[in-house]
Amino acid sequence: MNAHAIDASAAAVLNTAALDLHIEGVNLSYGSNHVLKNVNLDIKPGEFFAFLGPSGCGKTTLLRLIAGFNTPDTGRVVVGGRDISNLPPWKRDVGLVFQSYALWPHMTVARNVAFGLEERGVKRGEIQRRVAAALEIVGLGHLAERRPSQLSGGQQQRVALARTVVIEPKVLLLDEPLSNLDAKMRVQVRRELRDLQQRLGLTTIFVTHDQEEANTVCDRIAVMNEGVVQQVGTPVELYERPANLFVATFLGTANVLEGKVTGTGAARQFETLGGLRLPIAAGAEVPADARLVFRPQVARLAREKPAGACAFEGAISRREFLGSVIRFGIEVGGQEITVDEVFQPGLRAPYEIGDRVWVDIPVASALWLGPGTA
Amino acid sequence: MSLAFTQAPARRWRLPGTPGQIALALGLTAFLLAFLLVPVGSVIYVAFTEKGSGGFTLINFVDFFRTDLFMRSFWNSFYVSAMTVGLASLFALPLAYITTRFEFRGALIIQTLGFVPLIMPPFVGAVAMQLLFGRNGSVNLLLNEYFGFRIPFMEGLNGVIFVQAIHYFPFILINLSAALRNIDRSMEEAAQNLGSSGIRMFRRIVLPLAMPGYVAGASLVFVKVFDDLATPLLLNVKDMLAPQAYLRVTSIGITDPMGYVIAVVLIVVSVFAMWVSALALRGRDYATTQRGGGGLAKRRMRPWEQVVAYGVVGLILALVLAPHLGLLLLSFATIWSFSPLPDGFTLAHYSRVFGESSVYIKNTLIYASIAGGIDVVVGTAIAYLVLRTKLIGRHWLDWAATAALAVPGVVLGIGYLRTFYDIRLPDGTPLATLWIVLVIALAIRRLPYALRACYAALQQISVSLEEAAENLGATKSRTVRRVVVPLMTGGILAGFVTSFATAAVELSATLMLVQSNADAPLAYGLYVFMQSAAGRGPGAALGVIAVLLVAACTLISHYIIDRNQKTTGAAR
Repeated sequence: MNAHAIDASAAAVLNTAALDLHIEGVNLSYGSNHVLKNVNLDIKPGEFFAFLGPSGCGKTTLLRLIAGFNTPDTGRVVVGGRDISNLPPWKRDVGLVFQSYALWPHMTVARNVAFGLEERGVKRGEIQRRVAAALEIVGLGHLAERRPSQLSGGQQQRVALARTVVIEPKVLLLDEPLSNLDAKMRVQVRRELRDLQQRLGLTTIFVTHDQEEANTVCDRIAVMNEGVVQQVGTPVELYERPANLFVATFLGTANVLEGKVTGTGAARQFETLGGLRLPIAAGAEVPADARLVFRPQVARLAREKPAGACAFEGAISRREFLGSVIRFGIEVGGQEITVDEVFQPGLRAPYEIGDRVWVDIPVASALWLGPGTA
Repeated sequence: MSLAFTQAPARRWRLPGTPGQIALALGLTAFLLAFLLVPVGSVIYVAFTEKGSGGFTLINFVDFFRTDLFMRSFWNSFYVSAMTVGLASLFALPLAYITTRFEFRGALIIQTLGFVPLIMPPFVGAVAMQLLFGRNGSVNLLLNEYFGFRIPFMEGLNGVIFVQAIHYFPFILINLSAALRNIDRSMEEAAQNLGSSGIRMFRRIVLPLAMPGYVAGASLVFVKVFDDLATPLLLNVKDMLAPQAYLRVTSIGITDPMGYVIAVVLIVVSVFAMWVSALALRGRDYATTQRGGGGLAKRRMRPWEQVVAYGVVGLILALVLAPHLGLLLLSFATIWSFSPLPDGFTLAHYSRVFGESSVYIKNTLIYASIAGGIDVVVGTAIAYLVLRTKLIGRHWLDWAATAALAVPGVVLGIGYLRTFYDIRLPDGTPLATLWIVLVIALAIRRLPYALRACYAALQQISVSLEEAAENLGATKSRTVRRVVVPLMTGGILAGFVTSFATAAVELSATLMLVQSNADAPLAYGLYVFMQSAAGRGPGAALGVIAVLLVAACTLISHYIIDRNQKTTGAAR
């Protein structure tokens, strides 16, 4: 089954609009447990936005708060200029697709999808038209009379999606929509989700703990940890310029060298815990508790000492074949540095475990990062 | 190489199990045939047999449908069962709803008190209910004095409905509460997210999802009430089906075909009600709870809602606990007649019961112990054969034993009389009059419940535990003895206690089979006492003892199951 093309005429039946969404100064505590700490977010009209973070970071709590299932202690949620903080869930027009899909087992697919329209007192003919269109959009028009239990996981998810978009919500909230699907379906469904979002133009928030999902689907991402928004930005921004150590290590792999700054002015050096001494560029701003952070693919390996570079000799201690790259671990100065070398099909792996190699650390392009705000 | 193949022995015909397993299966088959299938079969056979000639006939059924008394009895039974379901739902719905949907202080107490009516045989409560709610009972005396009217709670069929509803509503409460708790909160949240709330959401989402649980409880209540013999008899209501069957057999004799026809009607209605419930439940496994999530969101109540809720709950609990209170009062009362409360209090009834009636208690302990023992042995054996062997037809054992659910006590009693009365011991006494036959009847009646307990216990034991024993050199039978049975102990004990407790207060079959006072169990004694006004005091004292006995057993069984779950929980 290929990614099905979304029926453009069906999408046109749904009268969806792109609204902006603002979360202002939101705090939420369960007893002494401070779950959300002063969350502020501005989400643009029509944007595909992700809440990304490890489990327990508060991302789902924030999503449910937008839908009205959690009440903030302080702060408000504004959608399209209207403060919805004091509305009950059923008056919000904020469409939430549940992680478990939450399809009602006692209703057929069509009845599930029609539910929200019936609650809104939409006329019967109009309900039929829009239910048919919504099911057409997700490619399930032929399964309208089935029960949810007769559908596969992927189909159930599409029904849940159709059930939500059919009410023409002001924003679309997706709670870990890919977590109950197998790996292959995930790639397909995330493309479909992106496609659908583009057609409908709905402002959409996607909750996930998987950086790859967020990177591939979303326009912008808010990285969260322990109830705090760590950084907001496009996937590339977050990867290239992480604001702190948490973002740097959560999004992709990063080498983190701990140590301290010695010397002043042009003689400044960064002395790692393992005893490596690295020069610090003249203009670089290095905070007091900073670590040196760089990605595995910007470091280089060489048999001979590269001229003029900041390089150190070490031994290969680990080798992982990842497909497009081979990831090496090199013991240098009591610490392991990870370096990715592009894998060239047809060529043998360049280094064996135990080989002596030189690691070229790109000090100039490396980042100096604090540990992050928890 | 090819030699090796040709020398390989031809596939030998093998027994489908070890000789021990086959012997066990044959023994169980014989037991179920002799004490369940043949007696019930003979009842059905007689109902379709012409008296005298012995040929097949429907004339008995034609007679049944032509006789006004029987038709009236049939509709009365139907009406009482249906109304009981309605009234019981009225008690159960608010309790289930309030305790599962709101943050309600005392929810646990309510759920526990909700079970209390089950530990008293309904006919015991009936007498106490007469004193409290009868025409000249406490409530009506007070109503009449202050407001000048009475409410006919206990008149005729009303009395049966009222007593049965109070006794059986826990079945609905238990099933409905479980169904409500099994609804994942995302079901409700999805509806709210799509714009639904309040009563509308309850009607469209919560109620349909809880429906299968409700139907299961309701059909059980229907069947129980339809089959019950003792409560109508004690309330002097004779024009219902089960009492009619009993009266025909006891007054006209076991050769009268009408008793058998009624028995068949009882079976048909039981099977029909269970079929309806199975139909309602089929394909509706609505347990929607997700891992981690659980149950509906509980809401805090507003003050006025709390007042209403506590009022409703208090009223219902007062009603359903009334029989116990009444019974307790009666057991200590000197004279209690035409007054809201007894004239004075005494311990005389208890001393009388312990003095001259201790034989009832002794008999009950013996009978219920043996019946419970038979149940767990047979239950464990069947469960083992079904789950752990590949014997052909092993499921039939399970089905046959479970079929006892659909056989009313009266029917089993009639069947035993029919089948075993003509079998005489060497000294001429009919087999049917021996007390051991009554014990077996009790065991058969309780077998389905014990079987399910043993079945569940065995199902929870991983096969690999047994394979490990066999791998280390234990034979099948030694594995069963050293690994399987010890691990099943909790489940087996729970099954035993349940069987014991319910067998101790069973009356329907007992009433048919007890021949002499000396052989009678407690339930029979109670029934005899309650027949006369003078016997009500001692009867009530005996009733209190019965209630305490059953309550103690129930507590023990809960304790065992609980402890067992804790100790084996980690191993699973």
